[in-house]
Amino acid sequence: MTDKIKKATHHPNQNEGLIFEKSSPGKRAFELPPLDVPPADPSKALGAAHRHEGIEGFPEVSEIEVIRHFTRLSTWNYAIDLGMYPLGSCTMKYNPRVNEFVARLDGIATEHPYQPQELSQGCFKILRLLEQCLLEITGMDSVTLQPAAGAQGELTGLLLIRAYHEKNGNPRKKVLIPDSAHGTNPATAVIAGYEVENIKSESHGQINVVKLRDLVTPDVAALMITNPSTLGIFEQRIPEIAEILHADGALLYMDGANMNALTGITRPGDLGVDVMHLNLHKTFSTPHGGGGPGAGPVAMKKILEPFRPVPILVEKENGRLALEQVRPDSIGRVKAFNGNFGVLVRALAYILAYGPGVREATEDAVLNANYIRKHLEGAFDLPYSLPSMHEVVFSDALQKKNGVNTMDIAKRLIDYGFHPYTTAFPLIVPGALMIEPTESESREECDLFIDAMRSIANEAATTPELVKTAPHTTRVRRLDEVGAARKPILRWKPQGSRTRAVD
Amino acid sequence: MRYLPKSPAERQDMLAAIGAKSIDELFSSIPERFRLREALHLPGPLSEIEVIDFFKARAAENSGGYTSFLGAGVYNHHRSVVTDAIIQRGEFLTSYTPYQAEIAQGTLQAIFEFQTLMCQLTGQEVANASMYDGSTATTEAVLMAERLTGRRRILVARSLHPEYRDVLKTYAKNSGLLVEEIGYGPAGTLDQKALQAALKDDVAAVVVQSPNFFGVIESLTPLADAAHSSGALLVTAITEGVSLGLVRPPAESDIVAMEAQSFGLAPSYGGPLAGVIASRDKFVRQMPGRLTGQTTDSEGRRGFVLTLATREQHIRREKATSNICTNQALCALAATVHLTLLGKEGLREMAHQNLSKAQFALGELEKVPGVRRAFDAPFFNEFTLQLPRSVKLVNAYLLREKIIGPFVLGTAYPELTKHALVCVTETTPRAEIERFAAALRKALEQPV
Amino acid sequence: MAYPANYRYTKEHEWVDVKGDVAAIGITDYAQHELGDVVFVELPKVGAKIEAGKTFGTVESVKAVSDIYAPASGEVVEANGDLQNTPEKINSDPHGAGWLIKIRLANPAEIKALMDVAAYEAYIVSQSKEASA
Repeated sequence: MTDKIKKATHHPNQNEGLIFEKSSPGKRAFELPPLDVPPADPSKALGAAHRHEGIEGFPEVSEIEVIRHFTRLSTWNYAIDLGMYPLGSCTMKYNPRVNEFVARLDGIATEHPYQPQELSQGCFKILRLLEQCLLEITGMDSVTLQPAAGAQGELTGLLLIRAYHEKNGNPRKKVLIPDSAHGTNPATAVIAGYEVENIKSESHGQINVVKLRDLVTPDVAALMITNPSTLGIFEQRIPEIAEILHADGALLYMDGANMNALTGITRPGDLGVDVMHLNLHKTFSTPHGGGGPGAGPVAMKKILEPFRPVPILVEKENGRLALEQVRPDSIGRVKAFNGNFGVLVRALAYILAYGPGVREATEDAVLNANYIRKHLEGAFDLPYSLPSMHEVVFSDALQKKNGVNTMDIAKRLIDYGFHPYTTAFPLIVPGALMIEPTESESREECDLFIDAMRSIANEAATTPELVKTAPHTTRVRRLDEVGAARKPILRWKPQGSRTRAVD
Repeated sequence: MRYLPKSPAERQDMLAAIGAKSIDELFSSIPERFRLREALHLPGPLSEIEVIDFFKARAAENSGGYTSFLGAGVYNHHRSVVTDAIIQRGEFLTSYTPYQAEIAQGTLQAIFEFQTLMCQLTGQEVANASMYDGSTATTEAVLMAERLTGRRRILVARSLHPEYRDVLKTYAKNSGLLVEEIGYGPAGTLDQKALQAALKDDVAAVVVQSPNFFGVIESLTPLADAAHSSGALLVTAITEGVSLGLVRPPAESDIVAMEAQSFGLAPSYGGPLAGVIASRDKFVRQMPGRLTGQTTDSEGRRGFVLTLATREQHIRREKATSNICTNQALCALAATVHLTLLGKEGLREMAHQNLSKAQFALGELEKVPGVRRAFDAPFFNEFTLQLPRSVKLVNAYLLREKIIGPFVLGTAYPELTKHALVCVTETTPRAEIERFAAALRKALEQPV
Repeated sequence: MAYPANYRYTKEHEWVDVKGDVAAIGITDYAQHELGDVVFVELPKVGAKIEAGKTFGTVESVKAVSDIYAPASGEVVEANGDLQNTPEKINSDPHGAGWLIKIRLANPAEIKALMDVAAYEAYIVSQSKEASA
């Protein structure tokens, strides 16, 4: 460890095998109260469906071993709670602990989706208030909280668009998607039954409005746009883009992945957007949890409201709230039960904590991104020089000359005590370094990050091998991804066992 | 604001460093006429204490103090405080998808253990890192079957969870899948004659649930044989995973789509839950969702990485196996911790308690005049009763007794208006089962 | 790695080795180098008809998937089964043991339209220049 690395230091990293390897017959970590009814005879009650032996290979360990096992594993993870997590487009901001607390309350976590509606008014009020807040923030007319994540929100949005066009007599064929888009956009369009037409970004990273005019035909159902774009740049001509689409009856879909750059500053609904999804685990701070759960509400203009997925929250004459399960024009159900309710609770808790002050979060996020950009310009190549919003995209062009690429720099950043930024995305920037600090970083943390990045730029010029072989301080070194993909080992097997767990 | 770590002076310093006069200048790329002139009309700001008070007040407007006999896809099971303590560790809670393997080994190894547990439970060879929930996992399993067979007709049991069927129909509508439903016989299990009649060489998958929505256990072997004889795949959905502590695993199925909520996840008004897809090794390339694989690092140590990523949307874009980006990692972790705590014996014991209590409850309820078991196939912890009058009326009476009555099957099956789906788990005390039986007796004695 | 003089080449970096009316098809050394370590190959079954210019399979590395385009039309008479277990042969011996499929040519005249080795070598030089520009 050299003194140029200020933030990180070594900490004891304990070895830990797989839980299955610690198992020993007869150990237990959980006991139930004694059975208070006569014991059933499984072979009589279940007949041929009865499983005589227990499950082969299932763990048998004690409670302290469970705690130690998972605690040791946890120490091998980086986390927002440890420091800056500058993954561009992922919005890794602080996840307030009170949100976790309220989502676990008796009367919140314990509620069953089929319990009587008169005993669910508390849940309904939470959903209603969140709907109202999201409409105010987006400037839209109507919202569904059903989708389980951003990608499902995208699908829901496209199905709404499809249903709208169908109602007007023709579902249309194509969805236009810029080449800078998230991979979920084209994947989703196909599942919604559309062909994808990719459109090339202009040299400064924005949509070419003149070309767009030619591309928009009566075959086009919608354009999916990310704003700010994945380059972190605000799409200035979005109202004009909306007009071009609307003139031909097409709709404008906005991927709300970057809504954290706009919240409290401007509203997609006012810009001409017809439908958008929100990633509550990004802008509204519900925890990523190592890859989910998320929630992907979809906000829309009035014209799409009749097509919302069921269930739909409605207000009855007596002022009580209720869920409606049947709507004639609805696209149907996208997920069982009532959305990712527990995630929705956390998002509302986040909004309530800020109130109108949520604008300050946006301001600080943009301030941090621009501060970092200012201090790293020169050290790293900046391929698009338009003003940055909440994130900034550099390229590894300067370091490439010494054989050091964006992934190497990212891995070296780990040695300095930071999680890497997003590498190699957006695809339109070769060797991209996509940095999103969020509002949760103090000036001190930003400065440490800047120091680390400048130091790595220096190392790339003077000692490139050091960077190319990073990380040097982690529990494991670079892992053999090729071997993992060629001969996949996707589960543990007891030694000497047959291939199948059960035959 | 307590979540923002900057003083006013620090903000000014940072602006000066950037060379901007004001924060507004940073937003100059947004045309002036589209910038909000006034603050958003949002409630708040609320302190921590006020946030807690707000949600406690909402919680008090829900079902506290009632005993529930609801299951139907979401189950009340004991959850250890250990599970919650682990998943609230910041290193799990506040980490991202483990793309940077060197500093995400904790999440990756836990997912590998989850995949292993799911294989062990389902008798399958490979399981993914989790999906949104059981309903979307079932739909994704069907789409996987379509890719594997190149066929488009899907035969779905009417005894599959009604909301799962709805989700499947939503996805099928635009992907050219033809979904047909196969009814149930007098035992409550899939009508095999109807299945045989519908099976042709254009069928991609037969989709059944076991225990099915009426609570009864399907005989999967003849269903698998029937499907396979016409080149179709058998997709088995499982909503109540605890059943696998006693019930033979669906090893003869080609794809298993499971809801893992029963493994340590709170009902949480229906989400977030966690779906699972498990299948055969040879089908792994067509499997949706993330997968963790074991490998070694440059010094030969065992480690784990996300693998076979070329199936996924961020690489294959419009040709991906699915548009899904997230999994339910934290929910899958909770299931992993929970199942590890239960272990081999604990899971069997929990399953046995569920079975025993359900048997006891059926016995008590059948003593009530006019009440009879509707389907005679074996069941696990849910069973269908036929009542002498509408379940809705009965439930309205039970509610006065602080009992949330059974699921009203008539809402999803118009022919079953007098049928109720009763669920009891290890969390239902005997005294409450007896109270339910007594209240049901009184309810049926009420004049109509 | 030298490009065999008797092969023909495409702009999508496939090679064709014609023997009588049967043509072996593979990807070139340039292509395998661009793609990186190959981890998986998806090939058509024997008997499948492929059409010149259309994709007939994919080659995958850890982080990329490449479509393979048919240099000529015909019926698949053999697919290289070894690649299922040892896809690395495409990296180590792209012009030999790493062959993908053999087809019976439907229209042998199509081969004449492909580049010869000199034209292909010139083509990849121009490609590399474009990439570094």
